[in-house]
Amino acid sequence: MSDGNSERKFKQVGSRPIRHDGLDKVTGRARFGADYTLPGTLQGVFVRSPHAHARILSIDTSKAEKLPGVRAVITADDFPNVPMKWIPSGPTGIDFGASSRTVMAREKVLFHGHAFAAVAAATREIAEEAGKLIEVEFEVLKPVLSIEEALAPDAPILHEGQEVQGAGDKPEGDSNITNQVLFEGGELDAGFAEADVVVEGLFETPMVHQGYIEPHACLANAREDGTIEVWASTQGAFGVKSEIASISGADPNSIKVTPTEIGGGFGGKIPVYLEPAAVLLSRKAGRPVKMTMTREEVFRGTGPTSGSRMWARIGAKADGTFVAAETRLEFESGAFRGSPVGAACMTILTPYEIPNFRIFGLEVVLNKPRVAAYRAPGAPIGAFAAESLIDELARKLNRDPVDLRLQNAIEEGGRAKYGPPFGPIGFKQTLEAVKAHPHYKQELGPNQGRGVAAGFWFNAGMQSSATVSVNDDGSAIVRTGNPDIGGSRASMALMAAEELGIDVTRVRPIVGDTDSVGYCDATGGSRVTYATGMAVIEATRQVVDHLRARAATIWNIELDSVEWQDGNAVAINGSAEKGSMSIEEIAKQNRMTGGPVVASASVNPPAAGPGFGVHVCDLEVDPETGTTRVLRYTVAQDAGKAIHPTYVEGQYQGGAAQGIGWALNEEYLWDEEGRVENAGFLDYRVPVASDLPMIDTIIVEVANPLHPYGVRGVGETPIVPPLGTVANAMRDATGVRFHRLPMSPPRVLDAIESAGDPSKD
Amino acid sequence: MAKIRVEATINGEEVEFLCVGQESLLEALRDGLGMTGTKEGCTTGDCGACSIVLDGRLVPSCLVLAAEADGRTVETIEGVAEGTKLTPVQQQFLEHGALQCGVCTPGFIVAAEKLLETNPDPTEEEARYYLAGNLCRCTGYDKIIKAVLEAAAVMRETRA
Repeated sequence: MSDGNSERKFKQVGSRPIRHDGLDKVTGRARFGADYTLPGTLQGVFVRSPHAHARILSIDTSKAEKLPGVRAVITADDFPNVPMKWIPSGPTGIDFGASSRTVMAREKVLFHGHAFAAVAAATREIAEEAGKLIEVEFEVLKPVLSIEEALAPDAPILHEGQEVQGAGDKPEGDSNITNQVLFEGGELDAGFAEADVVVEGLFETPMVHQGYIEPHACLANAREDGTIEVWASTQGAFGVKSEIASISGADPNSIKVTPTEIGGGFGGKIPVYLEPAAVLLSRKAGRPVKMTMTREEVFRGTGPTSGSRMWARIGAKADGTFVAAETRLEFESGAFRGSPVGAACMTILTPYEIPNFRIFGLEVVLNKPRVAAYRAPGAPIGAFAAESLIDELARKLNRDPVDLRLQNAIEEGGRAKYGPPFGPIGFKQTLEAVKAHPHYKQELGPNQGRGVAAGFWFNAGMQSSATVSVNDDGSAIVRTGNPDIGGSRASMALMAAEELGIDVTRVRPIVGDTDSVGYCDATGGSRVTYATGMAVIEATRQVVDHLRARAATIWNIELDSVEWQDGNAVAINGSAEKGSMSIEEIAKQNRMTGGPVVASASVNPPAAGPGFGVHVCDLEVDPETGTTRVLRYTVAQDAGKAIHPTYVEGQYQGGAAQGIGWALNEEYLWDEEGRVENAGFLDYRVPVASDLPMIDTIIVEVANPLHPYGVRGVGETPIVPPLGTVANAMRDATGVRFHRLPMSPPRVLDAIESAGDPSKD
Repeated sequence: MAKIRVEATINGEEVEFLCVGQESLLEALRDGLGMTGTKEGCTTGDCGACSIVLDGRLVPSCLVLAAEADGRTVETIEGVAEGTKLTPVQQQFLEHGALQCGVCTPGFIVAAEKLLETNPDPTEEEARYYLAGNLCRCTGYDKIIKAVLEAAAVMRETRA
């Protein structure tokens, strides 16, 4: 459906208007999850496990229920017992039984902070007090707290009888391995035999959290007639609706979910944690129930992404040609299966032509929070290993790291390691852009280093709907179902304005609830500007056709004799004497020419335009303290077509910042019993303003032929390269190759000192 | 539970409210007074989403007891705009796209207003350190810092 016209001159697309929801957000009027309330609203809280692994023998809620002010107490007994069953979906899958047990523990508590009961009361204080009165008998079990422990032959088993999904030789009997992934191509041994240089390494990354600033929040109202209203801070209201239905047992047709403004998600607000419990509490209490998490609950009970252990080796010829690669990725999935190890395996070597490869991955369950999607799930982890090794190859071969990547970069027609060939992609152009940027030529001082790394992400298509209507003054309304997590309203409005030929300020973009708009998959997978945007363009084109037809009616000429130009119907083909008629003039006459002009469209693109990014980082290490200061950072990425360049840059900068945090500071810390020791922003340190420099951006535009304007998703790719980029810069600055993240000051200091002291080798 | 009566000046208006002893000023503003522009991100003073100005001092309202506001002046995000006119800080946040999800934005704007009141011509580094108590997970701070520095320039020009 491409216009086949890459020279198209856009009038609205590519401009930088003020976002339509901006005023509400700079004045405090925008309403986020915790800002909604109804008359008579009760406060709901979870009661959470003090153990990382324990069997629930009995729960007695009678004392809690008698506390004055308590209106409802629920446990797993109040939920339908949804069996654990893996339903494959895309590179991963869905398990409603696991989702149910994530919301409310059933047979066992599987991580410290796992909810096993919930209370609704007049105030949060009363609900918390009631939680302490719940008597629960646990049989405490040995927790499994590392990949090594999970794989040990005598490891405690989290889920007895759970089958191993996927490929490769599978363990016999019960195991904590829940998924295996294998991609192979060429002849591995023959490939490595051709190699003049082989580099290998064992890498480790910790569990890290998405770290969105708004804690999860929702308001649920189960009404007398069985209908349910929910206001939720979520990336996908339709997903919340279906998860409430499957987890709480409510009739999906009875549920309306309104997405509130959302205070960050990065994938972590795709799953549900609160809503099914809030619905059941509301039903039991006969009152609206609001649930909001504390920051501590967010760290203990939601997110994070996998910790990992990875071994990899890559072989190249003396001329730099990559000939073979082998990887073994082991991912922590947390308490339930569903890690991004599959996506990590699919992305890890895909940026490069490597004819002979074996990519094996497995995930284990262990007694930590269940992982959730985090921005390009799995890809940054894999890229940390691969891009570190490629940096080593460049050093061994005495090659410029960008040139070595250029020599081996995948291009149109090349195949991804998971099979399909690529269409037009901008990886080489992105590498060239970095090479030409002044940053790449800037001189470095003492204790300073420069690193480069690349990253790839598929981007998603999936289902989206949009409705466009024209008001009687010729302005327009665009309604979609995708929560606006980073400026997507403005992008939707820009695309509609482009097609209508009117100014973007004349288009009002609306995020609808699940009753008022066609189905939309979640705001995630970098899919909204691409797929939902496609639905907006298609609906707007139908609207334009209606407007042309109205003009034809008014002029009494054939539809073919009316063109649409810059917001005007223009008569052509021998009717040119009719002149032109503006959208305002046409809309004013709607009631006489056929009534309201409204059109809807829905799309379900199976594929999207893949994204490639290349990052450059300069940093300086203080050899006295091990502290690292990022001096300069540049992100180059192929956006296909930037609809609103400001927010494209914002995605590049934000992804880089999260990745820098992951590389330098962020990690969950656990004690021996599996308790999170740093469940707060003081000790789980995300980057603050004084930690970072300005982040330069280069928007490369290689049109994606699957989208009418050439759009590629841009949200996720920016977090793929930074882990490797920073590690490579650190290698350059210190001479030390870091295999383990984060590269926090004590570790850096230790590594520098060990490197300077041969006895510590 | 016995409630405490508090009289405070909030955004220039005399306000009276009741609170319980352990209630934070953040809770009183949001739940009691319906002023939900001030956001809760952590309740431990680490994220800055609940930034307000109390008697001229920038503080996280989650670490102030509601009862402590008695007899004092409180300024929140709802009082930043002058009537229907946005301040240069608010306007520059919009112009620069200095927000993505927007949940940290009220706290940043309250803090940035205070920064520019005390230091009308901050360097980039001064702005970064002053705002280091406000977390943003979406933007990488680049556009926020640019917006604040540009707002400072606009304000200096207006004054000159």
